Amino acid sequence: MARSYTPKIVTANALIEGDVVYLTADDRWSRRHEEAELIEDEAHAQLRLLHAQAQKNLIVGAYLADAKAGPNGPEPVHFREAFRTRGPSNYAHGKQEAGHV
Amino acid sequence: MYKYSDFDAAFVAERNAQFRGQVERRLSGALTEDEFRPLRLMNGLYLQLHAYMLRVAIPYGTLSSAQMRQLAYIAERWDKGYGHFTTRQNIQYNWPKLTDVPDILDALAEVQLHAIQTSGNTIRNVTADHFAGAAADEVEDPRPTAELIRQWSTDHPEFQFLPRKFKIGITGAPNDRAVIKSHDIGLRLVRGGSGRVGYEVIVGGGLGRTPMIGQVIRPFLRKEDLLPYLEAIVSVYNLMGRRDNKYKARIKITVFENGMEAFRDAVEERFKATRAEFSGVDQEILREIEAQFAAPAFRNAPEEGYEAVRAADPVFRAWTDTNLAAHRAPGYAIVTVSLKAHGETPGDATAAQMRTLADLADRYGHGELRISHEQNVILPHVHKSDLPALHAVLKDAGLATANVGLISDIIACPGMDYCALATARSIPVAQEIATHFKAIGLEEEIGALKIKISGCINACGHHHVGHIGILGLDRAGVENYQITLGGDATENARIGERAGPGFAYDQVVPAIERLLRAYLALRLGRTETFADAYQRLGAEPFKAALYPAEAARDAA
Repeated sequence: MARSYTPKIVTANALIEGDVVYLTADDRWSRRHEEAELIEDEAHAQLRLLHAQAQKNLIVGAYLADAKAGPNGPEPVHFREAFRTRGPSNYAHGKQEAGHV
Repeated sequence: MYKYSDFDAAFVAERNAQFRGQVERRLSGALTEDEFRPLRLMNGLYLQLHAYMLRVAIPYGTLSSAQMRQLAYIAERWDKGYGHFTTRQNIQYNWPKLTDVPDILDALAEVQLHAIQTSGNTIRNVTADHFAGAAADEVEDPRPTAELIRQWSTDHPEFQFLPRKFKIGITGAPNDRAVIKSHDIGLRLVRGGSGRVGYEVIVGGGLGRTPMIGQVIRPFLRKEDLLPYLEAIVSVYNLMGRRDNKYKARIKITVFENGMEAFRDAVEERFKATRAEFSGVDQEILREIEAQFAAPAFRNAPEEGYEAVRAADPVFRAWTDTNLAAHRAPGYAIVTVSLKAHGETPGDATAAQMRTLADLADRYGHGELRISHEQNVILPHVHKSDLPALHAVLKDAGLATANVGLISDIIACPGMDYCALATARSIPVAQEIATHFKAIGLEEEIGALKIKISGCINACGHHHVGHIGILGLDRAGVENYQITLGGDATENARIGERAGPGFAYDQVVPAIERLLRAYLALRLGRTETFADAYQRLGAEPFKAALYPAEAARDAA
């Protein structure tokens, strides 16, 4: 039996700020993980990644990251992706900062 | 201190103008990211986990007060009000916007700083003993040589696409504070039999995935032969170094795979050609550089009050016990200002702290500062009679932590809090070790100890040469920390041995506590440091403390 596909989201960094961004189902780049499109089909994931990589003037380094469904939208699976949703642990900088874009 | 020549200033200005154009073309879409990436890396601009990071070179760790003030200004104007001093004498800004970087580079150029060759497969910022020009044990100030190497290596046409990055470290003292044996090339100024000063040349050291201690390739090299000899080493490496495998591309592997004898023969052969190409102009330049590093006018004054304050104020006395080093001028001391306040991020300084340090350098330290690879700031020339006043200002700025060389004076790389290459965090591990041992009151009892933490195998945190090294890894999606023991970063450089299986994030501090309680129980007295006890006893009793369940099972 084929292994079941771990759902994915498309993530990258914004070209100017470098902030972590996520591709939404309606083709926006959101700064919030829970707004990402949760992709459950491998072929669709590859198409969405190609679509993301073509947006060279908005983002840098698009890739697929494992994710899972949660009550408020997709949640990260790996701790690295969890850190990317927040920012560093030594200061309240990045996404956890009040007034973050 | 070295002042840019007109040539230097024009070169940096031109590079900055080129980069400004490259950023504009990236934003307009004329350059793709694949095209732009090597260009931004050549200028020290990385893309990290949460943002861009700009790595600025602090050549041989030396800063003027004016340069430090400008670093503070940049931190406030374009970043989040702080900077991070690294294990290779750079400062990193963690939050610049791509569109601001050209302005930041221009602001750096105003004070003769740049970010050129702080990344990429080039010869990187040359690092030096942070006590250079001040240390009592110094044969000669290594910084003029380091500046000469910077001028030679910057934009050197033959060495812009080496198989891998290339790091040179230099010291002028027999006590190695610059970890020269873990550099691609390590240089030590030595006095030869004739009384002339030359260089001991060490090659093939490096940490990372395959740690190696550098070996002597030339016990004594005449001063005038330095650049042709370096050029011979790097050009032999450029041809012999492996480009098929990134993990085997550093010179340590080239030397290891070919053997020192074959490598030395190739270098000596190449040296015949390179030596003939140098006309001696480099030595004229070196003499001009040396003149700019003349020692400040030390004052010959009594150390009035210093001992009296030491006797009266235990807080001041504790700080002088840990944070001072011997200066070569009578009445002077070298002050290490700790950037390791318990619970703070190792190597971070706020803009306000940078300004305080710049002001103190002007008032008490001949306007000079140094950054150490151990991520502290040094005021190299302070008269002892000024120390009580200096200490009072440091206290008010949160910079008077008396812990240099103790357990909380930890080297830590940025780890997964910032770095895109990291496999685990290092900063919070350092913070917790520092606060824990202070809370249980064992810091002073434990005494001299070097803990070094890296958040991935690349070893920016020098874990291999820590008395206790901690390496953060990703084991099946969970942070896991390996502990190495018995490393040494000095002239007796030694790679630490892995103690056993790794520890979960929340088990690291308890493991270190078991280890150090075992040391306290086993040591011959307060004068036997952890490193000495480890050498005397070997790994076994310390492994037993780290892994009590296994030890109990083996004993049963």
